[in-house]
Amino acid sequence: MQIGLFIPCYIDQLYPEVGLATLELLEQVGCYVEFPEAQTCCGQPMANTGCNAQTQPLAEKFFDVFRSFEFVVAPSGSCVSMVRNHYQEYVRGRPEFESLCARTFELCEFLTDVLHVDTIAVRFPYRVGLHASCHGLRELRLDACSELRSKQSSKVKSLLEKLDGIELVTLNRPDECCGFGGTFAVAEEGVSVLMGEDRVLDHEQSGAQVITATDMSCLMHLEGIVRRQRKKLAIMHIAQILAGRQPEF
Amino acid sequence: MSSSSRKSILSKLRQHQRPKVELPNLSEGHWIQYDDPVAQLQKTLEFVGGSFHQVENVGAIENVLANFEEWRAARRVLSLVDEVTGNVCSDEVATPHEFEDLDFVVARGDLAVAENAAVWVDDRQVRHRVCYFITQYLILVVNRDSLVSNMYEAYQRLGQPFPRFGCFISGPSKTADIEQSLVIGAHGCRSMQLFLVG
Amino acid sequence: MAVHSFDHAQQSNRFVQNRERARWHDSALWFVRQKRDRQASMIPEWEELREKASQIKAYTLNNLADLLEEFERQATRVGAVVHWAAHAEEHNQIVHEILQKHRVRRIVKSKSMLTEECHLNPYLESRGIQVVDTDLGEWIVQLRDESPSHIVLPAIHIKKEEVGETFHQHIGTPEGNADPTFLARAARHHLRQKFIGAEAGITGVNFAVAENGSIVICTNEGNADLGVSLPPVHIACMGIEKLIPRLEDLSVFTRLLARSATGQPITSYTSHFRGPLPGGELHIVIVDNGRSNLRESNEFHRSLHCIRCGACMNTCPVYRRSGGHSYGTTVPGPIGSILAPAMKPETYSSLPYACTLCGSCTDVCPVKIDLHHQLLTWRGELAKERRIPVSKRWSMALASIVLRNTRMYQLAGWLGRNALRYLPRFLVYNRWNVWGRSRDFPPPPRRSFRAAYRERNQKRRERKPSP
Repeated sequence: MQIGLFIPCYIDQLYPEVGLATLELLEQVGCYVEFPEAQTCCGQPMANTGCNAQTQPLAEKFFDVFRSFEFVVAPSGSCVSMVRNHYQEYVRGRPEFESLCARTFELCEFLTDVLHVDTIAVRFPYRVGLHASCHGLRELRLDACSELRSKQSSKVKSLLEKLDGIELVTLNRPDECCGFGGTFAVAEEGVSVLMGEDRVLDHEQSGAQVITATDMSCLMHLEGIVRRQRKKLAIMHIAQILAGRQPEF
Repeated sequence: MSSSSRKSILSKLRQHQRPKVELPNLSEGHWIQYDDPVAQLQKTLEFVGGSFHQVENVGAIENVLANFEEWRAARRVLSLVDEVTGNVCSDEVATPHEFEDLDFVVARGDLAVAENAAVWVDDRQVRHRVCYFITQYLILVVNRDSLVSNMYEAYQRLGQPFPRFGCFISGPSKTADIEQSLVIGAHGCRSMQLFLVG
Repeated sequence: MAVHSFDHAQQSNRFVQNRERARWHDSALWFVRQKRDRQASMIPEWEELREKASQIKAYTLNNLADLLEEFERQATRVGAVVHWAAHAEEHNQIVHEILQKHRVRRIVKSKSMLTEECHLNPYLESRGIQVVDTDLGEWIVQLRDESPSHIVLPAIHIKKEEVGETFHQHIGTPEGNADPTFLARAARHHLRQKFIGAEAGITGVNFAVAENGSIVICTNEGNADLGVSLPPVHIACMGIEKLIPRLEDLSVFTRLLARSATGQPITSYTSHFRGPLPGGELHIVIVDNGRSNLRESNEFHRSLHCIRCGACMNTCPVYRRSGGHSYGTTVPGPIGSILAPAMKPETYSSLPYACTLCGSCTDVCPVKIDLHHQLLTWRGELAKERRIPVSKRWSMALASIVLRNTRMYQLAGWLGRNALRYLPRFLVYNRWNVWGRSRDFPPPPRRSFRAAYRERNQKRRERKPSP
């Protein structure tokens, strides 16, 4: 299976370990992975600010960089949702556009839906709090949404449950937003930080030792609070856990 | 002025047509059915703050009511149910304001809904509908065969002709407007008891 | 051009300064959301109900003119008088004229967001008419000379001690008594006299049934029914979007409304008024006030599906932590942030940004309005009209230029990482660094992922020399 690895810009620049873990994980399960170096950013910050004219060229660039791959996989629900659910506004009508959307996957759903991974030989003897990143949750439906009553999948959770020794803690609010929200984190700093603090507190009170998520952006925000408040919580992207990395406290 | 606004609003709405959508057929819906609607009714009514009684016949209602302090102490009772004694005659009351000091109203409910404990009352049994709301305590009497599972069945049963006024009452009046603390007895009745007959 | 003349962020930053109170507010509303979840979970066909509700509303909006006329015909046939108001001012005039005709000086009013939207109370009060809001929450905010902070729970922002103080001042309850049951009883007692003395009752409308000309009003307190069953004159005010085609459509909406709003299986009272009291008058005022414009918008017309349950507010993590008043509108929260910029974009351009795009509102909405997508669409409209701050516009324009060019992007990343690595902490966490006020930056890595990837491939090639 030939994969174009889509590494979100902030992971590329600030969390290379998450990118490497994703790469290794995909190779471990037998994929041929290539990181096309021309890629930069999917354009989500501009789109979420409403600057659609500024988003357009980035969407086109993304399309040109990735169109030839059999699959595109990214360790981010948010960026994948940008491509799958919002690119039609920018790249509509280009041949292969729809098929590129259908071939673009968030890492966990790629592992469960395409590769049907059923065992992961990793020992992770920790209490883990899974933060359900909103776009992965409500745009890609990676896990069960607390608002809905229909039958729902549980992709991320099912992957974590395959690990040896892991204990997933039960949160008081299973899928509340962390408050990152892109530029919201700065434009609405007060509410953003309070939301983040409330999330961290929920994980802490539920006994989590490690907070994980499908999106590093949420985790960057939560990690920022954890570090500032010197809390004993490890923050790890799910790719790192699945690839066998261990937490540092 | 109003008539020109009528014209302008309607013509503006007609100017802009939206793509056609079909009105859904509600009879095809998978609306909830309860194996034991009486148990569901009781559970739901108690959840919304009402009291539930099941009696063999209407004649047994007064015996049950005799257990209640408020009933024994009541001075003004309007009963719209023949088998329950009252002392206020609805037809003799000229203005609804004269119901101000009503203690109890005993009325027939045409329909009860198991999913939400709503009981249908309307103005066909009483001239002043205010009695349902102004009374301190409300007693509703519903026949067992007038119990349905869900609101779809309820509206199907209401049918034609539709009354001038009708109300689904589910439990006593209540408010949670002060710090989300539930207080039973807001402006309407302070307690609501349902007798299911049969 | 003036941008964000009302700034949500400024208001919300002030609200969260009192952390204890912001958390109290958040928990109060989360409690309501949990009650909603429990009720929704008891209905296996919940998602089917939402879908049907959405279809009925879409049909209604498409056929609105015909349905309004049908409603008017049916309502008139059973003795109601139907009035039409193009805007708020006309609505207020119509109501005032009816009251004048009957020489009414004292009215009781149950909750109606439309009359709030039209600012009916000050209009009537300035013309010598006493208006008493009879919903307990609305009465509390009326006594305190505030506006509702939530469309279903108007006084959710007020603590019981503050209600006790307000009641002490206005109706003489003992000082320091803040027991909700005691206070609610005191209000019941006091307002009974207002009901008895009222000469007309005003209500909103939850649903208007085109098929038979009836209007439906849902309350828990029984205040709407008391208010319009004593005096002979009932004035019901409704937006044009309150219509539903058939009586049986109520079986969908009455199942969704209270479950979504307060987590009750249905409101205590769901009253159907078809024509006036015997010997009385029923006036129905149908109001446009910008709704027909919204209906023409391809992007935002679905916001007219709203049945005003408030579930999007209860679930919104931003609303819960910033309070309803931080939106500066009659209808706050996610739905309010769509409606307000449609009415006054020059004032409310900050509201679509008071949102993390988490999408919980969309999933909780009983009529399936895609709220968070509409908020995102609003941002596009506002940016196009240059109604967003220069700082946002320029930073995004610059970022876009950098990101278009892979080399420039790499350079910018290198600069950023090294700034974090080598600048002293006080320079990084300066007072303009909003991110860093309460959050650390991640520890900067030595190299980017792409550099590590290159290095890795290099090593692999060295290990396996090509033949």
